[in-house]
Amino acid sequence: MIRLRDITKVFNSGRPSEFTALRGISVDIELSRVTVLKGPSGSGKTTLLSIIGCMSRPTTGRIWISEREVTSLPERFLTGIKRNTFGFVFQQFNLIRGITVLENIMLPAYTSGEEMKDIRKRALELVRLFNLHGKDSSKIEWLSGGEQQRVAIARAMINNPSIIIADEPTAHLDTKLSEEFMGYMEMLKKIGKTIIIASHDPAVYESDIIDRVLNMRDGFLHSEGI
Amino acid sequence: MNRIRNILDFTLSSLLRRKGRNISLIVVYSFVVFILASVIFFTQALRKEASIILRGAPELIVQKVTAGRHDLVPERYIEKIRNIPGVTSVKGRHWGYYFDPIAGANYTIIAVNDPNRLHDINLPDIKKGNIIIGSGISRLRILHTGDSMPFRAYDGTPLYLKVTGLFPSESELVASDIILMTEEDFRALFGTPSGYFTDMTVNIRNPVEIPTIAKKINDLMPDTRPIVRDEILRTYDSVMNWRSGIIMMIFLGALAAFIIFAWDRATGLSAEEKREIGILKAIGWETSDVIMMKFWEGLVVSISSFLTGIILAYIHVFFTSSSLFKPVLMGWSVLYPEFRLTPFIDAYQIVTLFFLVVLPYTIATIVPSWRAATVDPDSVMR
Repeated sequence: MIRLRDITKVFNSGRPSEFTALRGISVDIELSRVTVLKGPSGSGKTTLLSIIGCMSRPTTGRIWISEREVTSLPERFLTGIKRNTFGFVFQQFNLIRGITVLENIMLPAYTSGEEMKDIRKRALELVRLFNLHGKDSSKIEWLSGGEQQRVAIARAMINNPSIIIADEPTAHLDTKLSEEFMGYMEMLKKIGKTIIIASHDPAVYESDIIDRVLNMRDGFLHSEGI
Repeated sequence: MNRIRNILDFTLSSLLRRKGRNISLIVVYSFVVFILASVIFFTQALRKEASIILRGAPELIVQKVTAGRHDLVPERYIEKIRNIPGVTSVKGRHWGYYFDPIAGANYTIIAVNDPNRLHDINLPDIKKGNIIIGSGISRLRILHTGDSMPFRAYDGTPLYLKVTGLFPSESELVASDIILMTEEDFRALFGTPSGYFTDMTVNIRNPVEIPTIAKKINDLMPDTRPIVRDEILRTYDSVMNWRSGIIMMIFLGALAAFIIFAWDRATGLSAEEKREIGILKAIGWETSDVIMMKFWEGLVVSISSFLTGIILAYIHVFFTSSSLFKPVLMGWSVLYPEFRLTPFIDAYQIVTLFFLVVLPYTIATIVPSWRAATVDPDSVMR
């Protein structure tokens, strides 16, 4: 269970540009399920996603991940949890240009202290799993949008995380690729991964694999369901 | 250990993917190191040469002064000085300058008074009618051993002297324009009256006594000017320093270029680099991992540039005779010495240069990365 209690996030606190992105959010998110954070642009979806994924800290409130309170942990421990627990798929994929598909997939594992050959072996398995055969030594910029998306998912999986976080993953994809993406999410759900997606794309929140939709607006969590 | 190795691996592939940018960075950086190291090698080697030259110099040189001008010294002065307690030996010297209208160059003519010193530098004995010339003159007048060199004596009569030896090329820096001849030929060329010398050299047993003896000479013969070796050293030093001053300007220019270059690196990361740091942080890299990567990156660039610059400077100074500095250093003469400096490297100066360039550059690359790496990684999600 991921437990959030009274989460508030204020940007530029004390300055004229102060902005409250999240206002007292409390919610429990079940593991091994697919949850969607739905809402218009500026509703706080991405902020909440980044707080759940330990990428930023809430201004107030606490978070428990599998009964472990993470809000008060120092950066080193938080990075460790982030690396081993979460896999991230970003809106623009955020792959590094100029290096190969394989290197991009391996990148999150470089700092884990594992041997390079073990990381490489795992990355090659992911290449096979996500249908990227023959592309492993290609540069990222040579790939199509769909292939880049698969690389992004494979990279999120390299440390075998239990939770996958995806922020507007279909925002720049056509219907076919969006369906393909949801197909991969279904595959991950089947192997027991917890998936949290922020999206306002019907192709995502109306998908059959979704277990729960949390509606957000103006920094509040105001209802559940499509 | 694996973590460090993996980060280093990524750093190297990062450097390779920005090949163009990094190569131009290394070229500029190497050039700055090359200039700095050339200046250091050159001035150091020049100082060493100067100290070698002066090692054999006499403790004291005495000139006669008439109406404030350098005049010929009568032989009786030698006897007077020889009788001063503490003086080991006194010798009269004949030397002067000869203008060669054919070449448009001035030569330094020295009469040999101690044949043993010729043997010390592997030169043949010198007899009446023979000369030994510096390699600058040999090149300028296309003269070799066995050739005859024409002179025009003080009274207009022609004088032909035979070249019997050339100065070895190692001594080119000081001996390029020198002609050695016998005292007899010297007198025939310049018309110096017998019993007179150009100046005198005085050897003194105890160096502590040098100033006292110089004062005694001056008291005994008020029309003389004793010059102690330290003064010669100072003159040499000021000549060297004058040249070093110009070289110093080059040094400071290169240093300024380096500071601007490092400052540019320190103050700005490209949008691409900032984005990459954000991605690395977002996918689980710690701030320390990013800093380590940037540290390796800075170190690889600066060490390769440092080594390239040092090697090129070594070749420049010791193999091409500082060809880039030549116009500055030798603009005062028609007789350019083609010298080669003896390779000499002061490890202390290399270490100083290393800390002067490698360390600031490496730190300069870390600072902006650290600033970029301490922002919340969620910025990359937006």
